[in-house]
Amino acid sequence: MADSRYVRAINSALADAMAADPSVIVMGEDIAEAGGSFKATRGLLEKFGPERVRDTPISELGITGAAVGAALTGLKPVVEIMFMDFVTLAMDAIVNQAAKVRFMFGGQASVPMVVRLPHGGGLNAGPQHSQCLEAWFAHVPGLKVVCPATVADAYALTLAAIADPDPVIVVENKALYGMAGDLPDIVAPARIGEARIAREGRDVTLVTYGASLFTCEKAAAALEGQGVSAEIVDLRSLQPWDKAAVLGSVSRTHRAVVVHEAVRAFGVGAEIAATISEEGFDDLDAPVMRVGAPFMPVPFARSLESRYIPDAAAVIDAVRKTLA
Amino acid sequence: MPLPPREARTNVDVERLKRLHATMLRVRASEAALAKLFADGEIPGFIHLSLGQEAVAAGVCGALDARDTLATTHRGHGHVIARGMDLDDFFKELMGRAGGKCGGRSGSMHVADMSLGILGANGIVGASVPLALGSAIAHQTRKTGGLAVAFFGDGAMAEGGLHEALNMAALWKLPLLLVCENNGWSEFSPTERQFRGTLEGLAKAFGITHRRVDGNDVEATVAAADEAVAHARTAGPYILECMTARVRGHYEGDAQKYRDSAELQGLGAKDPIARCAGRLSDIGVDETELDEMASSVEAAVVAAVGAARADALPDFDAAFADVYTRGEAR
Repeated sequence: MADSRYVRAINSALADAMAADPSVIVMGEDIAEAGGSFKATRGLLEKFGPERVRDTPISELGITGAAVGAALTGLKPVVEIMFMDFVTLAMDAIVNQAAKVRFMFGGQASVPMVVRLPHGGGLNAGPQHSQCLEAWFAHVPGLKVVCPATVADAYALTLAAIADPDPVIVVENKALYGMAGDLPDIVAPARIGEARIAREGRDVTLVTYGASLFTCEKAAAALEGQGVSAEIVDLRSLQPWDKAAVLGSVSRTHRAVVVHEAVRAFGVGAEIAATISEEGFDDLDAPVMRVGAPFMPVPFARSLESRYIPDAAAVIDAVRKTLA
Repeated sequence: MPLPPREARTNVDVERLKRLHATMLRVRASEAALAKLFADGEIPGFIHLSLGQEAVAAGVCGALDARDTLATTHRGHGHVIARGMDLDDFFKELMGRAGGKCGGRSGSMHVADMSLGILGANGIVGASVPLALGSAIAHQTRKTGGLAVAFFGDGAMAEGGLHEALNMAALWKLPLLLVCENNGWSEFSPTERQFRGTLEGLAKAFGITHRRVDGNDVEATVAAADEAVAHARTAGPYILECMTARVRGHYEGDAQKYRDSAELQGLGAKDPIARCAGRLSDIGVDETELDEMASSVEAAVVAAVGAARADALPDFDAAFADVYTRGEAR
């Protein structure tokens, strides 16, 4: 078991996938010589050379569209978009091309590509460098979306995404890049679509993903001191998401709160809350609550941003409402 | 004006010119059948015909080999047929049948045949270019010896994706052949009203070789495509701008009230098939041979349409199962 950091785990996963399979390439802005804005691709150029580790111009549409064409011609491209916010420029390639090719072509081809999208606030990066837009992608048939919260999952889900035959969006929380954690010498392979019970509890289920896992852990610890036992489901994968794990947990706790950093309105939490209501209604003792960011762009100022990102107090407040 | 002797024009031999003529006839007969099927309500949705542009499809695809890949446009029937797509597979797809190459999910606008390296027609103007760019990256990285072709129309010249792709293709000397079918129309507007520059100017800006050719002269087009392919395969990107004319509307059913009648009346003289037939007859090919070519192509199209009509409708569950490779749709 080695000490690692979230970003190093991603780096190891990329290096291991490239060493194992010559068809894996990485492309993105400043990812080769500079090693990536967040250093996720550091050292790959030296190991694998400039054809497989391509520094691209600042051309998000061109890069991502090229990944689709490359995937259809025998490569497994991994594209880094520097900030998730910039993916707006690549939406045609992802939504109209990558997501639909397999279906449109009648199963003649799959599109084994990965788009890595760093999301989230906490860096005071402002409205165009902080958004959590994962719900957009989870809404598009043909795409898969994963969001690792732990160091081990950063490794395992990145590998799983590269091994997957379909386009996978890997959402990484920028605030977690520096987070230390254990990376086992042998990491169990992750299965996309499988959640993890991050904490067992009896009274309420907190359903979450990404950096919000740690907000939930903080809230759960505080609630424990108040006599409330919270179970935490770390989704790990948003599309497909592990309905069985969530419904199973709710059937034991009878209460649910969905927590994410993304804007609450029309978010991932809405889908999960609706599904719990449709399929787990008889298990519920209270309405499903959602905790997410308010309906406003991510503000810059430290004082504004810290209030914007949902905190443990917001989670505790929502849990209290389910217990009222 | 009489055509100069063959030797003085290109090194395209008679047998090859006959094959190109047959390909154009195959495209023409297919497009004409589609126009009728659409008018009769046998094909729903939108179709965009390449009638009058057959020489570009035949000439460019006639210069490719089996390693090569291509991505095309909403007006892509000619390219896929010229590349060799089976007419049964094609008509079943366009008529929304189970046996269509894409299971009835693509129709006209997305028709693809991966066994021939066809990465699809495309419903998004300009989208073929980044796709072909990526395919060229794969050819280069995997050292396949192949090249990728991006067909696009002059309407795509204003799309940012083209400009991004030209830059990357030049930066990395990719085996990418960019074929612009310049028919003068960006959907319903003349391109001169939509694009301030020229493709030649764009090519110059990125240091990419550019050549303009009469895209209604199949012999000139294939000769230019040979040169373009040879260049792109080893020396990096090449832009071949094929000047042609759109005979039909943007889509079938478009009355083209925005086009002036003199322009429409002048199209006959530009017809690439009539011109090629004239050329073949000038160089001594018997007219009965040309007639036989036409009737054999007609018969093949009639048979393909019949087979499509007889084919089953697509199965909804089979479509649902293809959203993901392992059928994990939610």
